[in-house]
Amino acid sequence: MKEQSNTSFTLSPAVLEYIDKWKDKPGNLIMTLHKVQEEYGYVPRSAALQLTELLDIPLAKIYGVLTFYHLFKLKKPGKYLIQVCIGTACYLNGGEDILQELEHILGIGVNQTTPDELFSIEAVRCIGCCGLSPVMNINGEIFGKLKKEDLAKIIAQYTK
Amino acid sequence: MSFNRYILIYRESDAGVDKNENLFDAFMKELGEKDPSNSVQVVDAVMNGKADPDSTLVKIIPDNIYFKCKDPVDAIKIVDDFIIKNNPVKKLEAAANNIQYRIVLRNCGVIDPENINEYIAREGYSALEKVLFDMTPDEVIAEIKKSGLRGRGGAGFPTGNKWAFTQQAVGDVKYVVCNADEGDPGAYMDRSTLEGDPNSIIEAMAIAGYAVGASKGYIYIRAEYPLAIKRLEIAISQATEMGLMGKNIMGSDFSFEIEIRYGAGAFVCGEETALLASLQGERGMPKPRPPFPAVKGLWGKPTVINNVETLANIPVIIIKGSDWFNRIGTEKSKGTKVFAVTGKVKNSGLVEVPMGTTLRDIIFTVSGGIGNNRKFKAVQTGGPSGGVIPEKFLDTPIDYENLVALGSMMGSGGMIVMDEDDCMVDVNKFYLQFSVDESCGKCAPCRLGGRQLLTYLQDIAKGNGDLKDIDKMKRIGNAMQKASLCGLGQTTSNPIQSALKYFYDEYEEHIVHKKCRAGKCLELLTYTINPEKCSRCGICKRVCPASAISGDRESGFAIDNAVCIKCGECYNRCKFDAIDRG
Amino acid sequence: MTETKMIKAKINDIPVEVPAGTTILDAARKIHVNIPTLCKHPDLNATAGCGICIVKVKGSNKLLRSCCTDISEGMEVTTHDSEIIQVRKTVLELILSNHPDDCLHCGRNTNCELQNLAAHFVIRGVPFHTYKNSLPKDFSTGNIVLVPNKCILCGRCVDVCQNIQNVWALNFVGRGISTRIAPAGDILLADSPCVRCGQCAAHCPTGAIVEYDNTYDVWHALHDKDKYCIVQIAPAVRVAIGEAFGYEPGELLTNKLYAVLKKLGFKTVFDTNFSADVTIIEEATEFVSRFTTGGTLPLITSCCPSWVDFMEKYQIDMIDHFSTCKSPQQMMGALTKTYFAEKEGIDPKKIFMVSIMPCTAKKYEISRTKDMSASGIQDTDAVLTTRELSRMIKQSGIDFKNLPGDDPDHIMGDYSGAGTIFAATGGVMEAAIRTAYHYVTGENLKDVNVEAVRGLKGVKEGVIDIKGTKVKVAVAHGLGNVEYVLNKVKEAKLKGEEPPYHFIEVMACPGGCVGGGGQPYGVTDYLRTERAAGIYKDDVDQEIRCSHDNPMIKKLYQEYLGEPGSKKAHHLLHTHYEPKPVYIK
Ligand SMILES: Cc1cc2nc3c(=O)[nH]c(=O)nc-3n(C[C@H](O)[C@H](O)[C@H](O)COP(=O)(O)O)c2cc1C
Ligand code: SF4
Ligand code: SF4
Ligand code: SF4
Ligand code: SF4
Ligand code: SF4
Ligand code: SF4
Ligand code: SF4
Ligand code: SF4
Ligand code: FES
Ligand code: FES
Ligand code: FES
Repeated sequence: MKEQSNTSFTLSPAVLEYIDKWKDKPGNLIMTLHKVQEEYGYVPRSAALQLTELLDIPLAKIYGVLTFYHLFKLKKPGKYLIQVCIGTACYLNGGEDILQELEHILGIGVNQTTPDELFSIEAVRCIGCCGLSPVMNINGEIFGKLKKEDLAKIIAQYTK
Repeated sequence: MSFNRYILIYRESDAGVDKNENLFDAFMKELGEKDPSNSVQVVDAVMNGKADPDSTLVKIIPDNIYFKCKDPVDAIKIVDDFIIKNNPVKKLEAAANNIQYRIVLRNCGVIDPENINEYIAREGYSALEKVLFDMTPDEVIAEIKKSGLRGRGGAGFPTGNKWAFTQQAVGDVKYVVCNADEGDPGAYMDRSTLEGDPNSIIEAMAIAGYAVGASKGYIYIRAEYPLAIKRLEIAISQATEMGLMGKNIMGSDFSFEIEIRYGAGAFVCGEETALLASLQGERGMPKPRPPFPAVKGLWGKPTVINNVETLANIPVIIIKGSDWFNRIGTEKSKGTKVFAVTGKVKNSGLVEVPMGTTLRDIIFTVSGGIGNNRKFKAVQTGGPSGGVIPEKFLDTPIDYENLVALGSMMGSGGMIVMDEDDCMVDVNKFYLQFSVDESCGKCAPCRLGGRQLLTYLQDIAKGNGDLKDIDKMKRIGNAMQKASLCGLGQTTSNPIQSALKYFYDEYEEHIVHKKCRAGKCLELLTYTINPEKCSRCGICKRVCPASAISGDRESGFAIDNAVCIKCGECYNRCKFDAIDRG
Repeated sequence: MTETKMIKAKINDIPVEVPAGTTILDAARKIHVNIPTLCKHPDLNATAGCGICIVKVKGSNKLLRSCCTDISEGMEVTTHDSEIIQVRKTVLELILSNHPDDCLHCGRNTNCELQNLAAHFVIRGVPFHTYKNSLPKDFSTGNIVLVPNKCILCGRCVDVCQNIQNVWALNFVGRGISTRIAPAGDILLADSPCVRCGQCAAHCPTGAIVEYDNTYDVWHALHDKDKYCIVQIAPAVRVAIGEAFGYEPGELLTNKLYAVLKKLGFKTVFDTNFSADVTIIEEATEFVSRFTTGGTLPLITSCCPSWVDFMEKYQIDMIDHFSTCKSPQQMMGALTKTYFAEKEGIDPKKIFMVSIMPCTAKKYEISRTKDMSASGIQDTDAVLTTRELSRMIKQSGIDFKNLPGDDPDHIMGDYSGAGTIFAATGGVMEAAIRTAYHYVTGENLKDVNVEAVRGLKGVKEGVIDIKGTKVKVAVAHGLGNVEYVLNKVKEAKLKGEEPPYHFIEVMACPGGCVGGGGQPYGVTDYLRTERAAGIYKDDVDQEIRCSHDNPMIKKLYQEYLGEPGSKKAHHLLHTHYEPKPVYIK
């Protein structure tokens, strides 16, 4: 029972190839959404519509899943995604302050993107580097033992 | 707890068992005569590192004193003089030792996790070989049962029994699932194991598969652990290439394949029914149990779900035998436990110690105690589902039951140490925020109760609390414990309940005196300008968003605390440290 | 089936013996103990959401959910004690802490499961913080209204829409405290695949999903001197409306309904059962013609607008199989504004045609395509559900219970037994068989009761012997049951085999219209069965049991339509279908 929609968007070959591989495996939705997000940085609605047809999964189910898991994004994030850890260790060691300072520097709140689409801030739970707390992660690069004073410099590296 | 003292008899791994047994018996016998009230428990403990070949290390808890014993006479002396009469026995006293003992982390940092040969060189896959060729599935299960291994994912359910249920469940297809969703904030034991020794997990899954009759396994792992994922993939493909995984493993008729599935940022997916829903590509919302996954699990088929650390123990137990394993730890909690000790300790990191080790030893001996000249305040075990344990219980030997009796729990092994700078209300608020963010939202008590509790804490932290709120919080907490569907909601109020038990005075201070002694609840602070230090630069006045600062360079500046909104801006900006907050 | 094991246990110290697989909740009912529930509905899977139904089981320190825990051998259950009641009350207070206190402005006022519980537990205020959600209402469909602020997230609508109806218009969206019920990605319901069956509203325990109320449109028309108000009553209404006035379920109240509608001010009262007879004439003609001339088979019924909508969205390749017949409601509308208007010399533009339906989708159907304006203007002007009519009656002050019955207006009010059974699943099929048999053989069936297509089994299959010719039929109700039947058809098509059926009836609602989305609340299989029993009694009570024997039908064709399937009949009584892609926006 396929939901038909008339979207003109086509998923990239890499995603299509992945879908081909996963199509017949039960419970493939979350893995496929990861792939889509890896490709586009978020899950565009047009991609979700296409998954509906390719995987024969109702769109309502896809959105139910997308909105349940905090890793999936429905909006395009900035070029640099800053994830500030507020896991227990980082919290106790001042993660909140780091977050506030970043918000201050970039002038945006959590889950927002700067107008130049360069930075987005996210608050995340323990990224497994508690020994280095407080910690943040910018596009995969980990910054540990952070102090508020260091932040401006770190950000400046990315705006160059 | 009926015991008020513990005697830990250490032995160096599996050597010297006989020697210890004499000593063990001597202690038991002497205590039997001199301590008819049975208030002392003797524990067979294991340590790591070199021991004195001529003597055995014995530790008394809560006195935190070590003795060196050479023969049974020493045991009698210790009981008679130290235990019964409370006299020191100086000549037998010894220094503390390295008490870490590595089973789970045996290979971490020792082998190259991306090279299966190094794993094999350290007896890797010999446990799988042993079960496939020398043991029936029933024997494997019997061995695990006998070992006393309990699940390390949190609840501590006996692993052998779990396997037996799955084995006995009717089903054409069965599954083994490894729970690698480690979501407890401040815990990363499983990640280290997966990154450092991925083969041990897949070997254990195959053993579980053989035991329960499954030929397919899934590893459900956090997507936030890319390195662990990569190493698992390498391990699976190397093992498959070598015939250690896949069809007809090592030429036997047992086949087993493993697939990796990612989580997507939902702590509740660590709960087993939610995990299965997520594996099936659904929203990770828990389902009522029974039916248990062992009977009706993945796609309705019998499924055994085990935590990473639980699995890491399996190959060792198979090789060294249940008797060996059974001797490590306390009466009801066998083996070791890995803890991620973080927070205000000098050396945060992973610690693997035998069950029965005391919190004090972990925090002070292994992790170096509290830094910055601060005093220990409490330790939270069990993550957001656990509770705080204050100083006076630091000598409790860790096991599942003892921690529950203290109002906390073992949990997955996060151990967060707090010092005087940490505020109990603030820490509770942190955990509540976590549980509220991570509640799946399915059931009313958890979804709405958690939010209520969090709001009460926020009120209290802002100075808007009322002593009646505490009764309301207790009532809500109780309803959540009783009527929530899954472990998350059932335990959300635990941190608060334990803090109210041990740190009631702090709550009272916040509520009645509007004070936060740790200085964490910013809205309870008052800011004052210290005229001695003030250089009258005027910055504070300019930055104050509330215009709470009056004065000028002539007459000096002052803060009107009735207007101040406690934003801390002045405090942060003053270059002369002239603003006091307290 | 193997015999089921019996379980012996104790509830509140009273021994019970029930078959294995019985929940504690159901077992307690056996000993006349009602455990309160909020999220559990007998039709649906337990979602285990609310936590109200908790009970104590000896040996467990947790409280267990009785709605989804099977009772087991030797279990000792306590259903009520002070602790359990306290926990239930706290949970209820928590639910109410996040609920708007506006019963007075609520579609479920006086008939709400949450309100009832609040009354029973003597809730006199929420002792905790209160949070009111401020999610917008969704009126987009014009018939199903979502009021998300009143939602308690019991999940019934989701289960019904996904698993019973297989539509997947609704799902949980978000997580934790921001969880809500919404179509995919928070779009409007009208832009979702929703087929307006109203089963979500029928199963919702609160006022979070309700029908769009049109009673005031109808009052306005009734009070408008320039309007000539006419009403028709669907078959399923007569056996259900009594529930709103304290009658036993299934009580047949046809004549009282005619009377009350006249009292309300309708100048003419027709009966949809009459137009159901017309439908049968047209549909049986269509069937016999397809059957004998090798037309596309199976023929599939089309009188349920939700089913039509579903087909246009999901089963486009089935369009050719669809009967082109309009539903009885639309046939009545078209005939009223043509045949009746001409006969009585009334300007059709002045006619305000109201239908009383068990159905929310019928509200949508009246403007489905321009075919629904066969008379030149919209044929049916307003639709009221059974629930809305009962409110109107109460508002009007008419003493329904003591009101003497009345007759309909005969020109389109007299019906055969075949017309009335439309209300129950299998009814359209049975009625059509009665007439098709006559068309093929020239005789009437000796026994007009076609038991094979009756009852609540999700899919019913049967073979009808028309003097040696075997007609294979299938009946599905609840849209989720359609796939099984259609897959068989598609498979046969693919393999080039004979179709597995010649005639298929589909009704969107479980039980057919007796279980419609606009019927009095609280539907269960028990109510469906009782209502259907009332309908079958109505059938048996009729002197005339077959549509083609209805003299007023004969008159209609003689005087106005000509032959069944004539050009005029086609213009007024038939429609067409088009594919509808979903999620266009
Ligand atoms: C909210 C919640 C989160 C959990 N998270 C985890 C987890 O991250 N990892 C884990 O192994 N078990 C977790 N558990 C426990 C599992 O449900 C389950 O008991 C465990 O995986 C069983 O494995 P074991 O018997 O080997 O411990 C969690 C339980 C709850 C209620
Ligand atoms: S207790 Fe919380 S996390 Fe668990 S099912 Fe209920 S709402 Fe979800
Ligand atoms: S900023 Fe500091 S030094 Fe300057 S006026 Fe304020 S208190 Fe004094
Ligand atoms: S804390 Fe903020 S509001 Fe208060 S005096 Fe300082 S700057 Fe002003
Ligand atoms: S849903 Fe029920 S409780 Fe809520 S406002 Fe409506 S009638 Fe009242
Ligand atoms: S029930 Fe109470 S609130 Fe509602 S109308 Fe009556 S008096 Fe008013
Ligand atoms: S009316 Fe029917 S299709 Fe539409 S949302 Fe409700 S249950 Fe689903
Ligand atoms: S809308 Fe109604 S049926 Fe649906 S979840 Fe909310 S309360 Fe339950
Ligand atoms: S089955 Fe009847 S009540 Fe239900 S949608 Fe169809 S016509 Fe309406
Ligand atoms: S708590 Fe921040 S990395 Fe663990
Ligand atoms: S009725 Fe059982 S949990 Fe809601
Ligand atoms: S009552 Fe008219 S088709 Fe159902």
